[in-house]
Amino acid sequence: MSDKLLEVKNYSIASTDDISILHNLNLTINKGETHILMGPNGAGKSTFGSSLLANPAYKTTSGSILFENEDITDLPTDKRAKKGIFLSFQSPVEVPGISLYSFLRAASKNTANPLKGKLFRQKLNDTLKNLDLKHEYLERDLNVGFSGGERKKVEMLQLLMLSPKLAIMDETDSGLDVDAVNIMLRGITEFQQDNEKGLLIISHNMHILDKLKIDKVHILVKGHIVAEGGSELIDEINKTGFVRFETQEGGNNV
Amino acid sequence: MSDTTKKKTMVADVDRNLYDFKKAEKDVEKLASGLTEDIVRQISAKKHEPNWMLEHRLKSLKIYNELKVPNWGPDITDLDIDNIVTYVRSKTKMAAKWDEVPADIKDTFERLGIPEAERTSLAGVGAQYDSELVYHNIQDSVAKKGVIYSGIEEALAGPYAEMIKQHFMKLVPPSDHKFAALHGAVWSGGSFVYVPPYTTVDIPLQSYFRLNSPGAGQFEHTLIIVDKGAYLHFIEGCSAPKYNVANLHAGCVELFVGENAHLRYSTIENWSKNMYNLNTKRAKVERNGSMEWISGSFGSHVSYLYPMTILNGEYSKSEFTGITFAGEGQNLDTGTKILHNAPHTSSVVNTKSLSKSGGIGTFRSAVTMTEKAHKSKSSVSCQSLMLDDKSRSDTIPLMDVRCDDVNVGHEASIGRIDDEAVFYLMSRGINENEAKTLIVNGFANPISKELPLEYAVEMNNLIRLEMEGGIG
Repeated sequence: MSDKLLEVKNYSIASTDDISILHNLNLTINKGETHILMGPNGAGKSTFGSSLLANPAYKTTSGSILFENEDITDLPTDKRAKKGIFLSFQSPVEVPGISLYSFLRAASKNTANPLKGKLFRQKLNDTLKNLDLKHEYLERDLNVGFSGGERKKVEMLQLLMLSPKLAIMDETDSGLDVDAVNIMLRGITEFQQDNEKGLLIISHNMHILDKLKIDKVHILVKGHIVAEGGSELIDEINKTGFVRFETQEGGNNV
Repeated sequence: MSDTTKKKTMVADVDRNLYDFKKAEKDVEKLASGLTEDIVRQISAKKHEPNWMLEHRLKSLKIYNELKVPNWGPDITDLDIDNIVTYVRSKTKMAAKWDEVPADIKDTFERLGIPEAERTSLAGVGAQYDSELVYHNIQDSVAKKGVIYSGIEEALAGPYAEMIKQHFMKLVPPSDHKFAALHGAVWSGGSFVYVPPYTTVDIPLQSYFRLNSPGAGQFEHTLIIVDKGAYLHFIEGCSAPKYNVANLHAGCVELFVGENAHLRYSTIENWSKNMYNLNTKRAKVERNGSMEWISGSFGSHVSYLYPMTILNGEYSKSEFTGITFAGEGQNLDTGTKILHNAPHTSSVVNTKSLSKSGGIGTFRSAVTMTEKAHKSKSSVSCQSLMLDDKSRSDTIPLMDVRCDDVNVGHEASIGRIDDEAVFYLMSRGINENEAKTLIVNGFANPISKELPLEYAVEMNNLIRLEMEGGIG
């Protein structure tokens, strides 16, 4: 089928000082699908997420990444982003001196279909409202002094504004109160409406997953994908945790 | 999108050309290079100045010969005064109309945007070309308030002669250091400003100093007296084309801020990278007065620049906001000094320093609280950003506290561009160069927004240019 969005093949990475982190991963996300990546702390989930955007802290040691059937393994971060891959950071950095607004403008100009002035502002207003974010945030320096919850919302704001083809969401819901989680859910659900897009959610939180349409779950333990399945896997982890998967480390080549 | 990017780059390119263009020397009068009593007497004679000034020059020369070159800062052994021409003038008179300024000199200032700025956003302009002023003008409405803005030499022959005599090199005596003595001996040109009591000058005055002659020195003297309750914003700009020989700038700025008066003094130094910038600036502030320095140092090969504020009256205040950008081949040693010499005085220092491509940026601060400085407070903050591994940044804070009940704080940070921030911006499709430029601009932004508007734009362009030159 030609509706493959992301295809990760025999993919291994190591840190720049040669400590291998991810081993021989295989994963395919089709257009319109939502995938969940779960695993215990330190399994390499966030690393995988940011390596999909060519984080220079890691290097590919084997395998390849295809995006819309095009090999992007050697593309740098900005080129991958331009193709439509977005990473919602677990803890985005503070960038002093750049207002959120000018950052959104700069990022928006680098998308495949940049919105022109008025349309951009219109969409921005709508999205702010939808996420229950005040206009004043736009004037503040990017993430500087933002609370954890504010940062997550601002990541969601970027996601909805930039409208990528594939969104990777790293712990988008962690540390949020009930209201904020609901707002995030609203954002994710809105993104899911478009069946040309794909979603990879890295999550610990089982509650958010209850309320979403999920197509596939991958369990990552110590850099290996050790199990895959439907949302029944989430129910199992809800009850028994990752113990079963941790004991079969690396032994399961799904 | 590509349109705007392109446009910006073009503007930046023009900007660089804007400084680095040379005019052939025609119709100039030039003294021999080097520094002798004969040269000092020749300069004095040209100016038909009062006898006390000649004596001041000769005394300064004597001090110059006695003092040693400073050995605590950047190396200046390549600066040989025997090769410096201390006096160069174009054979023209100072004009009050641009049309009367010789075409090539007028063209220079046109390209620097001075006449245009004068029309749109300034209350008066002085323009110096090499050793002499070529243009000086003040708006009628401002002159009518009794504000004096003229060439200092011109003022020395007029009703303010006595006032000048009482203030000239009293804040910065020739004995201050070797290059203050040099200035005292060969100074030429510069502006005089007097703002009468309770007079507000709503829009800024600007003096621009252009050094065109290779191997020459520029030694302008700026004297500003803001009388009690008055307000002034003064802008000083300087630039020069690049030559392969050393040029020298040893100007002197003396600022007197009266009771309840407020002076904002903005400087953008954009000297070429063959310039030795050994400039001395000092302000004295009386009771409840306030002094505000905005200082941008981007040019020169070597700079020694530490504007000083003497808080002489109770409740007087000083605020210093500065940014330094040291690129390839530059060693910029900058900072500020504050002398708290009365009770309830306060000072705030906020600086940013950038270094790149092997550039060296050193920030020195010296805060002195004298025995009289009861209940005074000072806070100094310096942030440095090194853009690569070849560059250097240092912070050297000095505090001399002789009073118990004062509050003195110092905060410094030195860092590099955060890789995580670069990755974050790039993950939104912004290329590496642009990401780094954004981060650097963001770092500089709190300071650059204090600069006069056209210079703030210029600074952003400069950072963009420097970044484009070096990365990717």
